[in-house]
Amino acid sequence: MASHPRPVSPHLEIYRPQLTSVTSILHRITGGFLSVGILPLVYWLIAAASGPDAFNQAQALAGSIVGRIFLFLWTGAFFYHLLNGIRHLAWDAGWGYELPAVYRTGWTVLIGTVVLTILAWVLGYWARGNV
Amino acid sequence: MANARRSLRSELGRVRGLGSAKEGVQHWWMQRITAIALVPLSLWFVAGIVFVIDVDRATAIQWLGSPLTLGLMSLFLIALIYHAVLGLQVVIEDYIHSHATKLVLLLLIQFAGFGLAAAGIIAMLLITIYGG
Repeated sequence: MASHPRPVSPHLEIYRPQLTSVTSILHRITGGFLSVGILPLVYWLIAAASGPDAFNQAQALAGSIVGRIFLFLWTGAFFYHLLNGIRHLAWDAGWGYELPAVYRTGWTVLIGTVVLTILAWVLGYWARGNV
Repeated sequence: MANARRSLRSELGRVRGLGSAKEGVQHWWMQRITAIALVPLSLWFVAGIVFVIDVDRATAIQWLGSPLTLGLMSLFLIALIYHAVLGLQVVIEDYIHSHATKLVLLLLIQFAGFGLAAAGIIAMLLITIYGG
């Protein structure tokens, strides 16, 4: 029988995204994005150790519009990766494999990410007396 | 042959007498251990950033310079960077198919991981000892 170049599954161009596949790839994307965040974290610690000038410069960078946008995105990525990571650990323990449970925990992760991200920023501004 | 196919072990693995699980389990296991450690450590870190760290340098140095913060931040950096390197390693192995590029990237994240962990911990030690 002649072999034909048949589409390989999952054929991503025509594959309808589902909650299961979206939460899966988001775990990788947020993990990669959070890894990049290690660089500014270590830079910030070095700046704090280096003296007032270096620290003020790092703080100005973090407080700038671009800095705040990235910090917000990292906050969202963090809470997503944390909540979905706990979901993965539950699966590793053999819990939550039934399809309704997979969807229930998936939506919980997404909604929890939005709630905790907003909460963290509201508390952050509130702690600084800006709310 | 029909009986051999019932086993999940490969023919080569069976002949060599090796199990399927060597370093793969170590990678999987360390990823879980660091993940579990990061649940409290990362929440502590984020709480510190949200509630303690301000533009005011004195408060930041006071928090960063305490021995407790030195200990927790060092553990956080080690668990975080270990976890990140393990995760990035899998992503590189999955998506990079050129052997040379793959090897270079794997070496790069390993060296970067050790370097960043060392730099972060040394910075924390300096803040604790000299107050920044």
